[in-house]
Amino acid sequence: MPNNPPRPVGPRFATYLLHWILAAHRAEELEGDLDELFQQRVREVGLQQARWRYIRDVVSLLRPSLMKRNTNHYPNPAITTMLRNYIKIAFRNLAKNRVYSFINIGGLAVGMAVAMLIGLWIYDELSFDRYFQNYDRIAKVMQNGEFNGEVFHGEYNPAPMGTELRTVYGDNFTHVIMSSWTGDHILAVGDKKLTKRGNYLSADAPDMLTLNMLSGTRTGLKDQNSILLSETTANALFGDADPVGKLMKIDNKLDVKVTGVYEDFPYNTEFRDMKFIAPWDLYVASEAWVKRVQDNVEWGNFSWQVLAQIAPNADFDAVSAKIKNIRLKHNPEVAFIKPVVYLLPMSKWHLYSGWDKVGNLEGRIQYVWLFGIIGVFVLLLACINFMNLSTARSEKRAKEVGIRKAVGSVRSQLISQFFSESLLVVSFAFVLAIGLVLLILPVFNEIADKQIGILWANPVFWLCGIGFSVLTGLIAGSYPALYLSSFQAVKVLKGTFRVGRFASIPRQVLVVVQFTVSVTLIIGTIIVFRQIQHAKDRPVGYDRSGLITVAMNTPELHQHYNALRDDLIRTGAVIDMSTSSTPATDLNSQNSGFDWEGKDPNFKENFGTIAVTHDFGKTVGWQFVKGRDFSRQFTSDSSGMVLNETAVRYMGIKDPVGKQVKWNGKPYRVVGVIKDMLMDSPFKPVYQTVYVLDYGWANVINIKLNPAHSTRESLAKIESVFRKYNPGSPFDYRFTDQQYALKFAAEERIGKLASGFAILAILISCLGLFGLASFVAEQRTKEIGVRKVLGASVTNVWALLSRDFVVLVVIAFGIATPIAWYFLNTWLHKYEYRTELSWWIFAVAGLGALIVTLLTVSFQSIKAALMNPVKSLRSE
Amino acid sequence: MKGTYLGEFEEVVLLAVAIRAGDAYGAAVVNEIEQQMGRSVNLGAVHSALNRLQEKGLVSSEMGGMTAERGGRRKRLYKVTAYGQRALEEIRQLRNQMWDAIPKTAWS
Repeated sequence: MPNNPPRPVGPRFATYLLHWILAAHRAEELEGDLDELFQQRVREVGLQQARWRYIRDVVSLLRPSLMKRNTNHYPNPAITTMLRNYIKIAFRNLAKNRVYSFINIGGLAVGMAVAMLIGLWIYDELSFDRYFQNYDRIAKVMQNGEFNGEVFHGEYNPAPMGTELRTVYGDNFTHVIMSSWTGDHILAVGDKKLTKRGNYLSADAPDMLTLNMLSGTRTGLKDQNSILLSETTANALFGDADPVGKLMKIDNKLDVKVTGVYEDFPYNTEFRDMKFIAPWDLYVASEAWVKRVQDNVEWGNFSWQVLAQIAPNADFDAVSAKIKNIRLKHNPEVAFIKPVVYLLPMSKWHLYSGWDKVGNLEGRIQYVWLFGIIGVFVLLLACINFMNLSTARSEKRAKEVGIRKAVGSVRSQLISQFFSESLLVVSFAFVLAIGLVLLILPVFNEIADKQIGILWANPVFWLCGIGFSVLTGLIAGSYPALYLSSFQAVKVLKGTFRVGRFASIPRQVLVVVQFTVSVTLIIGTIIVFRQIQHAKDRPVGYDRSGLITVAMNTPELHQHYNALRDDLIRTGAVIDMSTSSTPATDLNSQNSGFDWEGKDPNFKENFGTIAVTHDFGKTVGWQFVKGRDFSRQFTSDSSGMVLNETAVRYMGIKDPVGKQVKWNGKPYRVVGVIKDMLMDSPFKPVYQTVYVLDYGWANVINIKLNPAHSTRESLAKIESVFRKYNPGSPFDYRFTDQQYALKFAAEERIGKLASGFAILAILISCLGLFGLASFVAEQRTKEIGVRKVLGASVTNVWALLSRDFVVLVVIAFGIATPIAWYFLNTWLHKYEYRTELSWWIFAVAGLGALIVTLLTVSFQSIKAALMNPVKSLRSE
Repeated sequence: MKGTYLGEFEEVVLLAVAIRAGDAYGAAVVNEIEQQMGRSVNLGAVHSALNRLQEKGLVSSEMGGMTAERGGRRKRLYKVTAYGQRALEEIRQLRNQMWDAIPKTAWS
């Protein structure tokens, strides 16, 4: 411009005002007019006057007719318009790249579904027992102590504990409840007989547990001959008729009247098995030994549970401190185990009860943490996929970014475009995830032993779900949004745009993270299953096949041992029958008070004690290493004793057969030593156990079926015999091998869940890898074409494309191995009987991951390698 | 089409557009009116009048080329349409008719 002094301009604020208020399409001409007039007036009337006129003109221009937006020529750039455009582009992108979209949405949905399932599971675990209104005030009376250097915690209490707490410490408690254990009992109405689990509780239990009474009242238990039924039990027994006031029988011996029906306890409560409640007083009156123990105030028999609700102004720690010496006071002779009585609040029953030998907490809360971490990791894998694929595709989108920038997009707009795109994908994934969860929940509930449903009506669930989706969208979208939007338009459109040598490094790091998690989970799964198999392969010392047990639940069964046995064997369906104090899969009685020659007087011994009959050995098929079985031919066997091998080692006696062992002063003679029978947990060493003859101390009938007949036929025959001898009870039996299998339930549950998650983690990782491989193959199309023209074979190209990924997996394996070793070593140390962490497990896991990787990558790389170079080089 | 009634200021603006035939844009119209009538007018008034005239179909407009004197901004050039021309002529004819109807005695 020729004018040397700077060209004067009108007042800026007025110009801003103009731009701000007036229609955009008029701004240019109006500003031009203003400027022209302004220049002219500066010359004619001076700057001051011109500025004044300028302002006046601007103000005069601010009239509605000039503010009206012209909709015909330009779109109205409101925020929704741009958003619509983003979403349209996003949809087009999704539809164009179907495979990527599938991988992205599917992978993320699976990850979210897993996280949701785990979240629901954790919610269920944390809300355990919250059904009870007095949740914050209920506690179990527990005691801990130290025996032979091992810390123990027990919830078995002596019978006078309830009375003691009620009378001496009554101020601190609102309710003190004595409880027999929840167990099987026969309920009979007329001819209808059912076996149901139920409990005997003190009369104020319904108040403490705030039973939701459907009919009758909570005071129903005050009458000694009464019973409260759960809703399902009442329906099963009485159908639609009103059960209140009706008469019925418990265990074919106790006549009771139904005084109320309560709503079933929810599945996630401690008392979910309690299908009926009968009064504690009835229990005491009907069981002579309980009555004796309670009347004589015997503090030495630990057989019951005591529940308590503390007073409104009390707190658990203070009350625990007051009652801690109850046991020392009443049996000071056990001071050496340092017994401490304390209260375990309801909030800790489910997740925080379980202690190892040195007293460290080993509760379910650890699994809550474990699965929480797994859930986070699986979700992380899915997010990594999303980020990886988006960044990998960035070069394809680079042109779009370039054009958008050239047309006038600013960076913040591009960022919001990519965020809205990722949020769209996430919202698809969220909907899909809910569908998946609905589909998987039944299976999951079965494996996890839960009754979880989606919390449709729970605002917290939706808040979490949606908040978490948005968070995932933002995290997953952040990398592409911030990275893509930083491209320089000129470079991109010129074609000189090249991602640097290190651009793929974050992507590779993410792949390594993914495979580290996957390989760790694979190793974990293998170890868990190895541990289960290891315990299953353990010799059990008896023969489980065809062995069934029947509970001796009515008095009639105790009176006709020989007649019942003869009748059963005469049917031909049974090889032998015996009774015992416990089934072969359970060791429920331990006692001290043993003495033998050469015993160290300071040795505090403890033995598992089991009462059997002469025929027990033949029924279960135990094996003798020394001596012989009990026999009717030796009358002296009535005071005979059989030891297991562990007991012999424990006692430290050589040549035990024929030696005398005293139990509570009564002399027994050892007749034989059996191979260890695995009765307790298969993950623990066999406990030192003694077997004595006692026909009176019998709780179950063991029956060995004749393998020559079909099980169904045999059972029918046995049932007819039982009908004769035990008319008051339904014929319920248990297969020993099934009971044995239940011992692995907890471990198998972990194994199944871990393998499920491992499979999902691998699936997600492979989806991501598949996407990345196809991207790389596409990106290197030209290179592959040139290589093929120059003579590269298919194998060369395949190796070239696969090598990068194999390297990543090998690195991941290197990282995963020590991590997995550390965690699994800790886990295995929980078990006294455990498998080893052999090197081959790691090798198998690594090899497996490698093979899966190669399979995934090969599909793409072979496809790329087979491509005709003419085609790949022709197109530009 | 809105009513064909033409206000006084609208008529003046329409005349100014006709006078600056081919180069009639906002600022030029302002200058023209100020010169012809010796009174100052607001740019806003002119533009709003031009806007109304265009809505009535009396003028048409198109964006012109860039000029350096306006800082490179383009101007909107207005042109009287055939209908605008006829409207002006009608007004003039009406005025003449009315002038003619004035009796001589009226001025005494």
